Amino acid sequence: MDPTALLLSRLQFAFTISFHIIFPAFTIGLAAWLTVLEAMHQYSGKPVYRTLFEFWLKIFGVAFGMGVVSGVVMAFQFGTNWSVLSKMSGPIQGPLLSYETFTAFMLEAGFFGILIFGRPRVPPWFYLFSTAMVALGTTLSAFWIMVNNSWMQVPTGYVLQNGQFVPNDWAQIIFNRVVWVRFPHMLLASYLTGAFCVAATGAWYLLRRTYRAEAHVMLRMGLALAAVLLPVQLFIGHLVGDYVHDYQPAKFAAIEARWHDEQPASEVLIAIPDSSTESNKYAISIPVLGSIIGSMSLTSKEVGLTSFAPQDRPPVAIPFFAFRVMVGCGFVMLGLAWFGTWLGLKHRLDRSRLLLWGIFLSFPLPWIAILTGWYTAEVGRQPWTVYGVLRTADAVTPSLTAAAATASLILFVAVYAFIFSFGTYYIYRLLRAGPAGLGGKPLHVPVPNRPMSLADQVPSHSYLEAGE
Amino acid sequence: MVMFWVALLAISILIYLLLDGFDLGVGMLFGLADGEARRDEMLRTIAPVWDGNETWLVVTGVIMWGAFPVVYAMLMPAFYIPVVVMLLGLILRGVAFEFRGKASRSRRVWDFSFAVGSFAASFMQGAMVGALVEGLQFSNGEYVGGTFGWLTGFSVLCGIGLCFGYALLGVCWLVRKCEGPIRDATRRQIPLLAVAVLAFLVVVFTHALVEHLPILRRWIERPYLFVFPLIGAGAAAVLATSILRHDDYWPFHMVALIFASAFGTLALSFWPYMIPFVITIEEAAAPHASLAFMFWGAGLFVFPLMLLYVAVGYRVFRGKTAATADHY
Ligand code: HDD
Ligand code: HEM
Ligand code: HEM
Repeated sequence: MDPTALLLSRLQFAFTISFHIIFPAFTIGLAAWLTVLEAMHQYSGKPVYRTLFEFWLKIFGVAFGMGVVSGVVMAFQFGTNWSVLSKMSGPIQGPLLSYETFTAFMLEAGFFGILIFGRPRVPPWFYLFSTAMVALGTTLSAFWIMVNNSWMQVPTGYVLQNGQFVPNDWAQIIFNRVVWVRFPHMLLASYLTGAFCVAATGAWYLLRRTYRAEAHVMLRMGLALAAVLLPVQLFIGHLVGDYVHDYQPAKFAAIEARWHDEQPASEVLIAIPDSSTESNKYAISIPVLGSIIGSMSLTSKEVGLTSFAPQDRPPVAIPFFAFRVMVGCGFVMLGLAWFGTWLGLKHRLDRSRLLLWGIFLSFPLPWIAILTGWYTAEVGRQPWTVYGVLRTADAVTPSLTAAAATASLILFVAVYAFIFSFGTYYIYRLLRAGPAGLGGKPLHVPVPNRPMSLADQVPSHSYLEAGE
Repeated sequence: MVMFWVALLAISILIYLLLDGFDLGVGMLFGLADGEARRDEMLRTIAPVWDGNETWLVVTGVIMWGAFPVVYAMLMPAFYIPVVVMLLGLILRGVAFEFRGKASRSRRVWDFSFAVGSFAASFMQGAMVGALVEGLQFSNGEYVGGTFGWLTGFSVLCGIGLCFGYALLGVCWLVRKCEGPIRDATRRQIPLLAVAVLAFLVVVFTHALVEHLPILRRWIERPYLFVFPLIGAGAAAVLATSILRHDDYWPFHMVALIFASAFGTLALSFWPYMIPFVITIEEAAAPHASLAFMFWGAGLFVFPLMLLYVAVGYRVFRGKTAATADHY
């Protein structure tokens, strides 16, 4: 096996999955929000919900398209670059990914067409149903992929036979504690992404003094949702940390930059870990807090990295810093969401331009938290692909040459950079134009053979009052 | 259990060939069509369904991984370059659906990437089938044929052949969904493409027989297998008459039938091999615990549901496209 091909494959996987996750993170939350908007519109008949629905649907369409095409790449990359892993774990990961495809991808894909094009052709209740099915599909997809990845993090319910992981307890694989903290952590992360993007757009419009009515709804709903979800997310984050502590002590030690066993352990807040001297530079740490966080005890002994053989240690700097960035983003978002909701309740949000700027500029935070969270989880898992059982270096495709891997990596980077720059530009333009800028035509073109029903009435005047 | 998953794999491949086949075909024809109005119209016929169509590729991939992991782990490395190029093609054409409508000055870029992406994906799929029929080098369950082992004269020929095949499905789809001058102009392309496809099929099967003589024995021993090529021939005859009658509905179904029979003929020729003469279906199958887990949920209950979604989708968007101007 070629060491360069291994490195290139790792880079390619990291690059393509990081690109992919940007879109699911957004569409999972957005699909749920679209369902809520459509339901509220059908229930209350208020035009503003319909306007918002049509507006966010355009953005959803672009993001969803990019999510689908980058996801198809992921499904094949296991085979092309990690054939040993594919062969060994196929009996477990394959069926899990099949469930994802059968229950989730087909549901999303089947109803996505109706969501984008079908409104004139189906009754309102069925349209709402289709929206809900797309949202359900994205959620199921997140569930199955988290089961899949959790199995790689903490393999259970299998026996090793003839060089394959043969499942012997599916209930254990699917319903274990690790899945049931990591799946909510990921799902909430996606909802937060949706919430912050919606709130940031609302703040942006208020700052530009346009679309007041829509902006208020977006800001209120986005901030309120985030204000409720964030404390839950931080609590679940703590539970996620618990599983790492129990099952992946080496990763936990890397996250904490704890080089030596300590009793009671201190907590390193910030430092520059140095693997050559196996110590931290410029460390700021708090005594005993490490034991409290790790084991809820004042006296527990916590394991350090030097307790593991050098070839079994993960890199330290990436998990250490990535984890701190994720947690930091979480707290900044919590501050914004709570303060914003509080001001909103007192009807002072419009006037606090500083906070509006803060909310507007905060839209990348959930993405940063999601990416750094995954870097913590995946880089911290090294040098293993299937934790404790299959090393990354042994999982790569034996026949892959460095030349082929270089070519594919360059092509992926080039094509992704190309579509990403256009995609974000188009989304930016849609957001900038706002709800009234949908091509300047009425939102809903009446169809000759089906008169507009009352529920479909388009509130064209709402732009006027909103746009002042 | 194993037979169930082979059957489901075969059905999924066939559905993929037919569904994504016509929209990839429309994509390639899109590159040749001139006039903005015509292109818009072509795109409108497939825009609501392409995502679902492409998902059948993922279905095929994951059934292969879950039910026949050894084959998945052998073929994907062998097809490293074609798979990567196919995926990039699918990306470029996939984003074009959404981007084209949002673009103003850059619209041409997406027209181009839509056509080129469709072509790259179709060609690579054909080339992979060709390489599989011709034979790839494996030793001890590892691919050893080199980065370009898949690239031969025959596989290139198959790549071109599949492009013609998809284009034929594409024109028949357009005839079915469009009206007026577009339909009439499109209909004139059918005979040429149909002849090209049939000629190509004959070449492929002759080649397979000459290269792998053992196949011949199977056909002689089991003459009833000839129903497949016969169905194909019958479908070709109906196709010809339906074109002469200027029928809009039948050509698509007949071409689909030709595809199905060609697929059946090919699959039966190599039965029970999954990778011809290298690994059989039984050898490739995943452990029973995996197959059974997939069977009792995904296979038995969700697969029929998936077919239902597809049916609902096509039903909602049935009929001629122009009749209702969907926004885009
Ligand atoms: C937590 C969420 C999440 C994560 C970690 C991943 N995905 Fe994903 N994926 C989705 C959530 C998602 C989604 C929300 O379901 C998408 C994004 C937008 C969309 O259309 O569906 C999707 C699309 C998507 C598709 C296209 C589906 C279609 O054809 O409609 C495939 C094949 C994959 N993904 C495969 C993968 C693989 C193999 C991953 C891991 C290595 C992966 N995804 C990580
Ligand atoms: C106090 C706050 C938080 C704590 C203690 C925490 C804890 C953790 C830990 C320990 C991991 C690594 C899990 C592993 O190795 O498998 C992780 C991963 C992750 N975190 Fe957080 N987190 C917090 C906040 C957040 C926030 C605010 C977000 C997003 C908005 C987020 C998103 C993620 C994601 C996407 C992952 C990767 C998926 C996973 O491994 O489950 N986290 N988190
Ligand atoms: C969506 C968010 C994810 C992100 C951002 C992410 C990030 C990464 C990164 C950075 C690496 C490279 C690690 C290294 O080699 O040092 C990696 C490797 C890998 N990840 Fe993930 N990952 C994600 C989800 C997943 C999921 C859901 C799976 C499996 C179902 C998965 C499976 C793998 C595999 C097989 C590798 C390559 C082998 C390895 O390096 O261990 N990843 N990922």
